[in-house]
Amino acid sequence: MTPGELFLQQILNGLTIGAVYALIALGYTMVYGIIQLINFAHGEVFMLGSYMGLTVFLLAGTIGSGGVGWLLLALCTATVGCSLLGLAVERVAYRPLRQAPKLSVLITAIGVSFFLQNAVMLGYGAQDRYVPALLPAVRWGGGAVTVTPMQGVIFGVSLLLMVGLQGIVYGTRLGRNMRATAQDPLAARLMGISVDQVIAGTFAIGSALAGVGGLLFGVYYSTINFHDGYLVGLKAFTAAVMGGIGNLPGAMLGGLLLGLLEGLGAGYISSQWKNVIAFVVLILVLLLRPHGLLGERLSERA
Amino acid sequence: MGSDPSRVLLSVEDLHVRYGAVEVLKGLHLEVRAGEITALVGANGAGKTTTLMAISGIIPSARGTIRFAGQEVQDLPAEQRVARGMTQIPEGRRIFPRLTVHENLIMGASCRGADGGITQDLARALDLFPALKQRKRQLAGTLSGGEQQMLALARGLMARPKLLLLDEPSLGLAPKVVSDLFSIIRQIHRSGVSMLLVEQNAYQALQIAQTAYVLETGSVALHGPAEKLREDPAVRKAYLGG
Repeated sequence: MTPGELFLQQILNGLTIGAVYALIALGYTMVYGIIQLINFAHGEVFMLGSYMGLTVFLLAGTIGSGGVGWLLLALCTATVGCSLLGLAVERVAYRPLRQAPKLSVLITAIGVSFFLQNAVMLGYGAQDRYVPALLPAVRWGGGAVTVTPMQGVIFGVSLLLMVGLQGIVYGTRLGRNMRATAQDPLAARLMGISVDQVIAGTFAIGSALAGVGGLLFGVYYSTINFHDGYLVGLKAFTAAVMGGIGNLPGAMLGGLLLGLLEGLGAGYISSQWKNVIAFVVLILVLLLRPHGLLGERLSERA
Repeated sequence: MGSDPSRVLLSVEDLHVRYGAVEVLKGLHLEVRAGEITALVGANGAGKTTTLMAISGIIPSARGTIRFAGQEVQDLPAEQRVARGMTQIPEGRRIFPRLTVHENLIMGASCRGADGGITQDLARALDLFPALKQRKRQLAGTLSGGEQQMLALARGLMARPKLLLLDEPSLGLAPKVVSDLFSIIRQIHRSGVSMLLVEQNAYQALQIAQTAYVLETGSVALHGPAEKLREDPAVRKAYLGG
């Protein structure tokens, strides 16, 4: 492998995981934009997306094969299942605390995160679970630089979802209400917007994106664990902060960038160091550009 | 209060509002008669904005009744009060700065179904405020202060309100803009919209209103026809500069 090929391969690998980070980061940034909550349970929604996928694949194993069809079914299950999960978490844990101090909601989010982790551990066991490969293990691209079909799926699906999200945010009534509520929740209420509905919609969409991210992640790495949501969630949160929390294009950019840095770090330094690299970058961004790459300098809202 | 009940659009009785241990409104009574502009004047901290926020359902009331068009609304969420026909145009305009002028106007019609004549209302709003017409596609945050206040008014009208709750519409505007603004407010009033107007510019408010209330530390100190209050020596001394 020539140095140029190595570089290109690491970029492709980095972008793959970066696309997953971007999907999760969008949920963090959307929820933060609307209610200024760091939803620490968001990583667990991602993790549950991969376990929902696993459940479908276990079912597939008992019924019969046909990889692509099962992958599609798993995608739908993770999308619907995680958006319902997000709605439930918001309804049960966060809505009753709407008037409470922000710290109470934050602690609750951490509590929800523990609850979901342990629920999955009890249901599926503490050991790593193996996710069957559904797509053929071929490598596209004749030379040294290759892309697997699963990488192709990850790029395609995340691109589609990101474009779709832009369509929702800028082209639908819910999206307009979301933007208005993020800018001025009081004015939105005075216009007759039910802010609770907008918040619920935000959680549903953000959680669906994380769920799809979880499923793709599980199939790509082929093993999953109930702990996965913690580190991956933290990194996606890092990506959201890097891009400028509350800013949608920022979350996408932050996710891809973080993935790239990890990919290059793994290729040129050591894959053992990739987490260190990710968080050093977060610290640097926070020091040099506290409002993130695309974020606006905002004063704390009263 | 004793006015003909069929003419009363909004009536507030014994309204109490607390922020924690502090009682901000202490048994407020007021009425807005259909077709009238009612002014609410008083010093800073008297509770004028709190009154409007309680009427709109943004701040919960501790006690009291709020009747709108004959029905009690004090337990309804804010969005249902808007749907029944009362719209507040809040202090500081609070337009959505990163939505376009057009999107801001559409937001104003949120309480209505997908197509309840929104297109015609948009056209009417832009006719009433021609300055907004050329700026339809512009982000609202780029408008001047006066244009933003016009947008806030136009956005409020998109809800087709029976009652407008106006909070300090002239605050921070140049005198020329203020007089334009009040002539538009008169025009809206003539088209059949009743108003409850909170103004620090008591002179303007008492000019335009038919009835007025003077608020002092959370309850009504004086009320009556606006022209009478204009002549009242205590009101002149306290709010009209002598």
